[in-house]
Amino acid sequence: MFKITIDNILIEVEEGTTILQAARMIGGKVVPPAMCYYTGLKGSGGKCRSCLVKVAKGSAKDPRPMPKLVASCSTPVQDGMVVENTTSAEVQEARKGVVEFLLINHPLDCPVCDQAGECDLQDLSYGFGMEETNTREPRREYPVVDIGPLIKLHMNRCIHCYRCVLAAEQLTKKRAHGMLYRGDTMEISTFIQTAIDNDFSGNMIDVCPVGALTDKTFRFKSRVWFLNPMNAHRECSKCSGKVTAWMFGNEIYRITGRKDQFGEVEEFICNECRFEKKDINDWVIDGPRKIKRQSVISSNHYEELKKGSIIHPIEGTTEPQE
Amino acid sequence: MAALTKRSKVVSNKKMSFWEKIYLPAILGGMWITLGHLFTRKTTVRYPEVTREFSEIYRGKHVLKRDDEGRERCTACGLCAVACPAEAITMIAAERKPGEENLYREEKYASTYEINMLRCIFCGLCEEACPKEAIFLTKEIVKAGYERDTFVYGKDVLLEPLDPLKRIDVSKRQTPEVLEFKKDKNQRHNVQ
Ligand code: SF4
Ligand code: SF4
Ligand code: SF4
Ligand code: FES
Repeated sequence: MFKITIDNILIEVEEGTTILQAARMIGGKVVPPAMCYYTGLKGSGGKCRSCLVKVAKGSAKDPRPMPKLVASCSTPVQDGMVVENTTSAEVQEARKGVVEFLLINHPLDCPVCDQAGECDLQDLSYGFGMEETNTREPRREYPVVDIGPLIKLHMNRCIHCYRCVLAAEQLTKKRAHGMLYRGDTMEISTFIQTAIDNDFSGNMIDVCPVGALTDKTFRFKSRVWFLNPMNAHRECSKCSGKVTAWMFGNEIYRITGRKDQFGEVEEFICNECRFEKKDINDWVIDGPRKIKRQSVISSNHYEELKKGSIIHPIEGTTEPQE
Repeated sequence: MAALTKRSKVVSNKKMSFWEKIYLPAILGGMWITLGHLFTRKTTVRYPEVTREFSEIYRGKHVLKRDDEGRERCTACGLCAVACPAEAITMIAAERKPGEENLYREEKYASTYEINMLRCIFCGLCEEACPKEAIFLTKEIVKAGYERDTFVYGKDVLLEPLDPLKRIDVSKRQTPEVLEFKKDKNQRHNVQ
């Protein structure tokens, strides 16, 4: 077991854990944002640099700090390591730079985008982005294409995290899409319009941290904050059948995997569950999912307040105000 | 027993004097006050012949703006609906088809857009939330009606007329900062 300090919080973790995973064990504010790392996908991480942290002390044996900020998703912990995330101004500053670069070609057309409200890039830009842009150049633009009959690709919004390519490679038997070209002309391609018709290809939608890959059966149907996410399950021969059903009244608008607090699905689900079963009778509804109060999805969803809980204590008082 | 309100008064039962008993001075005093009111400035106007001056930022009936080329600005993003404290706004989005670029500004548009004027409290939060400068409140008053259904205003009522003479000017409602920002044609938001 290694002892490691992240933002002055000491935690003991297994050997081989990455800094990001250790931070996630602590939870809360110390967790660095991750746009490309995905626990369920081998080889993910190390591409977006939004998870940069400062290592102030390499290890107990070699206490020298690391010369540069490191990507916490792909740096394993050392015994006695001291990591700074929110406590380091340098990290916060660097993250602002990373966000600026991620947004350099991003259209930020959130009002149109189906991912808005559950988008990691929105959260990241809200936290670290600038209000203005430093660039005057036109942003790259690609036409919107269909990847198979069920998935829509908005290449404009892609941040090159590689998650979808890894998902296609690892979840489906034959990879039918990958990256073409390099740098800011990089493009996701289906190798000349080979439609993806794998049973698990729909998971690319869930792993995409932005609105580049979206569900065609849900396209422009609603906004996520008008829907109620419910835990639902059914007997499925291909996957676990445990999903989140996004409901409006008694109608199911879309089906996704069950995402945890870090936006990663607990289990990958098959295309039949995701795209074909939109009838309420196909599912057993287990109950509403817990939504973070900060999330826009929780707006207008009423929950009974516990009596006596203070929501916003007014400064200098201890009594709840009337 | 504790007083129920802070305003309760103790009633005195003292005997009235002769002048109080004949009531006449009290009646004359009251009439004098009434007479005085005849000569003060009136607080009412003879609506509808006379109307009051409205503030430029009066919050009345909404308008769904079009851009300079007459395309609908609203993209059915739902931010007005989520901002609305009265939950008065509902909409259904649709995808723009090829060839409809002259009708709708964005790839997605609101095929139906409804505001329930009975729910609306005219707070103007929808106007504030809109990222596309599509919805504004205007100086127009929402008319009275007899049927509840007539208060659900759809796009037929809300949408700005195409006729250039009937366009609704909302520039007075925008802050100097917004007007300044809109001059910058390098911003995609401001093109056209
Ligand atoms: S991907 Fe996220 S940030 Fe980009 S347009 Fe969609 S919601 Fe906005
Ligand atoms: S003015 Fe206020 S209450 Fe009326 S529709 Fe707009 S946000 Fe809702
Ligand atoms: S009026 Fe504005 S805020 Fe409301 S849906 Fe349309 S674009 Fe969005
Ligand atoms: S999450 Fe670590 S580099 Fe992207």
